[in-house]
Amino acid sequence: MKKKTLLQSSGFVTLFASLVCIAIGLLFGFLVLLLLGGDKAYSDGFKQILLGGFYMMPSGIGKEIVTAAPLIMCGLSVAFAFKTGLFNIGAAGQYTLGAFGGLVFALLLHAPWWVCLLASTVFGAIWGAIPGIFKAYLNVNEVITAIMFNWIGLYGCNTIMYGRGTGAMYNAKQSKTFAVTGDSLIPSKLFGWDMTEAFGYKSCTIAIFLAILVAVLLYVVINKTTFGYELKACGCNKNAAKYAGIDEKRSIILSMIIAGALAGFGAGLYYLSGAAQWIPGDSTALPSEGFDGISVALLASSDPIAAIFSAIFISHISTGGGFMNASLFPPEIADIISGIIIYLCAFSLLFKNLIVTLFTGKRKKALASAKTDAKTSDGKEAQ
Amino acid sequence: MAESEYVIEMLNITKEFPGIRANDNITLQLKRGEIHALLGENGAGKSTLMSVLFGLYQPESGVIRKNGQVVRISDPNDANDLNIGMVHQHFKLVECFSVLDNIILGVEPNRAGFLQKKQAREKVVALSQRYGLRVDPDAKVEDISVGMQQRTEILKMLYRDNEILIFDEPTAVLTPQEIDELMQIMKNLAAEGKSILFISHKLAEIMAVADRCTVLRKGRCIGTVNTAETTMEELSSMMVGRQVNFKVDKKDAQPGEVVLDVQRLTVPSKLHKNNAVKNVSLQVRRGEIVCLAGIEGNGQTEFVYALTGLEKQSAGTIHLCGKDVSHAPIRQRSKDGMSHIPEDRHKHGLVLDFTLEQNMVLQRYWQPEFQKNGFINFPAVRQYSDRLIEQYDVRSGQGSATVVRSMSGGNQQKAIVAREIDKDPELLVAVQPTRGLDVGAIEYIHKQLVSERDAGKGVLLVSLELDEVMNVSDRILVMYEGEIVGEFDPKNVTVEELGLYMAGAKRM
Repeated sequence: MKKKTLLQSSGFVTLFASLVCIAIGLLFGFLVLLLLGGDKAYSDGFKQILLGGFYMMPSGIGKEIVTAAPLIMCGLSVAFAFKTGLFNIGAAGQYTLGAFGGLVFALLLHAPWWVCLLASTVFGAIWGAIPGIFKAYLNVNEVITAIMFNWIGLYGCNTIMYGRGTGAMYNAKQSKTFAVTGDSLIPSKLFGWDMTEAFGYKSCTIAIFLAILVAVLLYVVINKTTFGYELKACGCNKNAAKYAGIDEKRSIILSMIIAGALAGFGAGLYYLSGAAQWIPGDSTALPSEGFDGISVALLASSDPIAAIFSAIFISHISTGGGFMNASLFPPEIADIISGIIIYLCAFSLLFKNLIVTLFTGKRKKALASAKTDAKTSDGKEAQ
Repeated sequence: MAESEYVIEMLNITKEFPGIRANDNITLQLKRGEIHALLGENGAGKSTLMSVLFGLYQPESGVIRKNGQVVRISDPNDANDLNIGMVHQHFKLVECFSVLDNIILGVEPNRAGFLQKKQAREKVVALSQRYGLRVDPDAKVEDISVGMQQRTEILKMLYRDNEILIFDEPTAVLTPQEIDELMQIMKNLAAEGKSILFISHKLAEIMAVADRCTVLRKGRCIGTVNTAETTMEELSSMMVGRQVNFKVDKKDAQPGEVVLDVQRLTVPSKLHKNNAVKNVSLQVRRGEIVCLAGIEGNGQTEFVYALTGLEKQSAGTIHLCGKDVSHAPIRQRSKDGMSHIPEDRHKHGLVLDFTLEQNMVLQRYWQPEFQKNGFINFPAVRQYSDRLIEQYDVRSGQGSATVVRSMSGGNQQKAIVAREIDKDPELLVAVQPTRGLDVGAIEYIHKQLVSERDAGKGVLLVSLELDEVMNVSDRILVMYEGEIVGEFDPKNVTVEELGLYMAGAKRM
């Protein structure tokens, strides 16, 4: 009986379903590698993907951590919006604005790192607020507005930073923004432990811990507070929320502000760690972190704590993808794998039922309960 | 021969779900050309039994016979092949398709992949004339009335040459006129040799239209009776397991001071350019139940929306206990003592994906009792919810932790009633509080309304059901086209008289 209760606990089944998705995704990736590289598929490709950062200790781990931090934040941004009934496809734009805000404070004002990080957060929040306002007051779908503001944000920031080649933040020699230095860099020492030294990777900072901290905070806000209750009520049923006296317009805007702030914070973590410099000339591409955030959120079933792990996983395979033999395999194989996993996540309900079936061996019962789930109006009769 | 007498027989059907036996050894026999009612409370197992017949569930034991032959129905396609058709309570129509397109959906006549709508249209028109099913084949479903949508569903079954027609609570969504029309249609269908299973918990309709009636209670078959040889009282005690009082027991009202004072309220319509509510003034006093009666769509909904703050009025004032709340936000009105049992429990009343306990505190989660510094006090919420469940007899699978979506409509409604009454309001606005409920639940909710009244609260009841209007209220206001056209004492007026005012034939 006890085993059954474990299997019936929805958390376990959800986790297991995600693991099944991951396994199938990896298997498919392996097949692609086999097609491309034949007998070298494992030794020069799949092994690296599986090992991820561990393939090149310890700097690989450092790299994995550095890329994971903004992914966690973008994942949280999308997941939080999902929880409140919104689809934040604008994480990429909010991330861009966050990078811009952080760099302005770091490169022009030479502000301390936490001020820069705050600036990133505020800039992201503003960019998130705009689709929220459109949605709340004009009932414009947030997806449409967010996509447009992704590009407005990208071109706007690029134009300002580039400044016809003479922008104050623009280093014309490298075609990038100047490197963030001094106090504006997020510290790498945590209680005397120097992460940069420990991992031998220069931009390894406490960013990852800040991201995890935010994830935990967000979990508390969503699940334990009246504020989270209001936002969720709004997300599940706008009309009922209004009926209960919740200001549903305010809730929508606040949700988007928080989602934007999370994405902006993620950009701050990345650029203020010195992990990369912004390339204003590369104006056709939105930062991929914003869209990877959608993958992270889906894989995590929008749970903030699970988002930490799913972001680290996606960072893991993409880091591993970078270690593959580039003459044989394009690193985008890692993207294919994560793409398949996300695609499979859409079927996770199917997997969940399948898992219950396999373990209990009582197909009929699983089917019955699946039908009860699907046909709620009849399910209630059964109760 | 027994073989020819029964067109469908469900013999000794047992269907179990984890933790519950939804159908326990039920036998149902349907004669050819009869209207057979299936009566039972919410949760008695009617829908499960029909789902077994329709192939959605497989029973643990029992057999189904058609014309005496044992058949296996493992999915709805099998049911379709056996000429079994069903009109679901919530219609399964494609809103943006025309009536004709909906009828032929799935069995489109075609030649080499090209639609042959002409012959389909001829067949549909012929069917609709033969059975008196008025529809406009070219109207889009989203534009037509609920009654016509239902006729479209019926035509869908007839178009497929179905012999056995299942109607799942078909009258729940209809106006009284549409109900009469439906009853006539069902009689026509039976006269033409179709066999009808009619699921309902409305006794008057069963008595009016059905030949025989099978009663279920808590998953068991209580018996099958000829409606000609029984009474409503007998049926209801079979269904509920005890005597049910159709008359609401109550003393004369003792109206006190004014709780609600609405003056010259005007609310614009969202559907047309005219005002939905025109210059309406009314008062509700402590210790009385005022009923706003009328046919659906005459401004009652908009009136309540403006009264509760869901929509803004364009003119007029609202005073609650002497305080002007004309422009107060919803939360403020709630704090000032207004409770609202909304018309649409799924749209406004509940967050269906929340648990029962989360819904129980929907109006109160912000009170100090349930939160501290913005953090929800979960033990307090659970305790409160458990108390309401116990006190108001709200039944669900996992108590407070049940997701409300999985609960039966009656229990969802009870949860709302519990929440709104336990708020201890000064004014209770109850909009169609018994819609779609069985007699036991209706009796219960009526008692609650009366006891609120007796506790010195003001009750504003908005109802479309004339029985409810006559039985529960102390004062009746009739609304027609956004205006109050009459005020009555239920003791001094007949249903017929009220009907004339509701239909706009008379006004004061």
